Amino acid sequence: MTSQPGTAQPNPQELNKLGPISAGANVALFVTCLVDLFRPSVGFAAVKLLEEAGCRVSVPPSQTCCGQPAYNSGDRNTAVDIARQTIAAFEGFDFIVAPSGSCGGMIKHHYPQLLGDDAQWGPRAERLAARTFELTQFLAEQCGRTDFGAALSANCTYHDSCSSLREMKVKAAPRDLLKKVAGLTLTEMEETDACCGFGGTFCIKFPDVSNSMAARKVETIDATGADLLLAGDLGCLMNLAGKMKRDGSNVQVRHVAEVLAGMMDEPAIGEERS
Amino acid sequence: MTFVPTSNAFKENATGALKDKPLQEALGIARQHSIQTRLNTVAKMPEFETLRDIGRDLKNHIIANLDHYLLQFEQSVIDRGGKVHWCPDGESARAKVLEICRSVNARTVTKGKTMIGEEIGINDFLFANGIEPVETDLGEYIIQLRGETPSHIIGPALHVTQAQVEETFREAHTDLDPARNLEDPASLMAEAREKLRAGFLKADVGITGANFLIADEGATTIVTNEGNGDLTQTLPRIHIVLASIEKVVPSLKDAMTLLRILARSATGQEQSVYTTFSSGPRRPTGLDGPEEFHVVLIDNGRSAYLGSDLEEMLRCIRCGACLDHCPVYHSVGGHAYGWVYSGPIGSLLTPMLIGVENAKPLPNASTLCGRCESVCPVRIPIPKLLRNWREREFSRAITPQTERSGLWFWAFMAKRPLLYRLVTRIGARALFNLAGQRGRLSSAPLASGWTKHRDLPATQGRTFQEQWKAKRGARS
Repeated sequence: MTSQPGTAQPNPQELNKLGPISAGANVALFVTCLVDLFRPSVGFAAVKLLEEAGCRVSVPPSQTCCGQPAYNSGDRNTAVDIARQTIAAFEGFDFIVAPSGSCGGMIKHHYPQLLGDDAQWGPRAERLAARTFELTQFLAEQCGRTDFGAALSANCTYHDSCSSLREMKVKAAPRDLLKKVAGLTLTEMEETDACCGFGGTFCIKFPDVSNSMAARKVETIDATGADLLLAGDLGCLMNLAGKMKRDGSNVQVRHVAEVLAGMMDEPAIGEERS
Repeated sequence: MTFVPTSNAFKENATGALKDKPLQEALGIARQHSIQTRLNTVAKMPEFETLRDIGRDLKNHIIANLDHYLLQFEQSVIDRGGKVHWCPDGESARAKVLEICRSVNARTVTKGKTMIGEEIGINDFLFANGIEPVETDLGEYIIQLRGETPSHIIGPALHVTQAQVEETFREAHTDLDPARNLEDPASLMAEAREKLRAGFLKADVGITGANFLIADEGATTIVTNEGNGDLTQTLPRIHIVLASIEKVVPSLKDAMTLLRILARSATGQEQSVYTTFSSGPRRPTGLDGPEEFHVVLIDNGRSAYLGSDLEEMLRCIRCGACLDHCPVYHSVGGHAYGWVYSGPIGSLLTPMLIGVENAKPLPNASTLCGRCESVCPVRIPIPKLLRNWREREFSRAITPQTERSGLWFWAFMAKRPLLYRLVTRIGARALFNLAGQRGRLSSAPLASGWTKHRDLPATQGRTFQEQWKAKRGARS
């Protein structure tokens, strides 16, 4: 499992059968456009966690975005172009890991659909999809590591992003990881499967509807009494942090990777710099 | 078309709905109730997920063999002494219903709840032609009195609070004692029942919809919780069934399979209170039933989607679970969607039935969160189909020009990693400096949609790629 970039790939069926990976796997980080632009500290937290789990982490420089803005706006041709660009950048690695269920879901589930009719790119999309994971899922289920030695005295609640939950089937992994953070308690909110109202360009096209959805989500967050909101997708987090800060909430909002990696130096999302 | 669609004004409709306090109250009650009742019932049925697979496969089989089963259904109805009328569109269906009503000089028609009836605007049409349609479903009766359209596939008056029902009844039933007590929901039901009884007895024609058309039996099925459908179809001289073509199922057994997932998905009941089968007119030796039995079979544009990338929406069995679990529907209710069908399935069906140019925002009015697909009893991949509509809009240049320009600009950069990294480096610095110590922005250039209700969290000054290159550039 330590093949060098560019060498022949094992077939996806074999990879799916694999148990916990062996040390030294070549992992490519799909940074995601939001983490790259808004919150690089999440990317560095992901790198730290992956390296602690024994992976060799690379960051292909030719990545930009997974293509969802085009795909979800009906611009299929652009989505196909970007899917090919991403596949070419990432297919030489053993695994592709994203600190996002949304971008992970795009690569894992939508690239094969987008390119399914393409004799050349279809199989390449399938091979990449089989090796693509959301960060917490990869750490807990592929690496078999849940304890990264982090400690934080806080009462948190965890928001499942829709794509993490329903496309990537991530539910237990972040919770298993958070259980190992010393001093941290997790209080679940009601309707954990309800959308926060982000939806990519949806929140800009329908701001009033999106706001109503975010308000309902914030009510359930507040009802937990948590002082820290965590999630695995920066889109949801920016939406909820933006809403909560506008409304004067004191709840801190962070990506789960920051807590797991013990990298809390940067102010929480939307928080003042001291 | 029953009324001028306002689907293109979804955004404005939605903003109005969000400010409508009674509506928000009604939606809040419905949301909590419907999710929990479905969960409770499904939890008691270990084979529910398997049944959803079976339901999906069954409907796929039917859609692939629709012509066969419809012809078989027609022959079976004829064998039972009934008639089937093939209607390509709403206009021909309305004309056929009127022709049947006039053949017996009908003055009053009772109606069970039928969405296809709403779809073809049968009430207004009959009324305009001197025939009084009387809704017998409690929810339909309430909205008929209020001059409204259904806001939910199975709960047409879901948007009305109990206090509003009381107000409506007091305005409409002026012959009753104004001092009567209507605080209890049961008293409202009793009053509606009293009023409707008279309607049943004087009606010349009864019109119902159909949940299923059973091909080998020549029978139609409806499910209700009030029993009104039974009275509608057995008391008048003529029973007209309005049904769209995709309602056909091969056999009674298949209808039973779908009934098992229908009620659980729709109302969280194991079974609806009444499941009624109609098979032809009264037999020569029979004691009850209608003298004539007509099935008005309506296409209204559906067959054009057979074999298309949107075909799977024809699997819908109209349970309403996607509405009940949709956070957008929870926010704005059904009327914001601007036509007969609302919620996720409405956003798929409305563009098919009135033209996507008349329902442009609907396929976009979703975060594609997928909760609808996760509860659909026949596993319609609703987010995927919404996206397919978006692709049709994009390829036909229906997508707004500002959005297209924005996408073009973004795509131009996203396809050029070097340029992308440069522009994001500039953007990261600009947003960082603009936000300053505060760490967030209350307004930002080109971000008014975002900052209308939320702050924009600041960047950290430098992009990940920039920092990574500085730290580990040599390695990757």
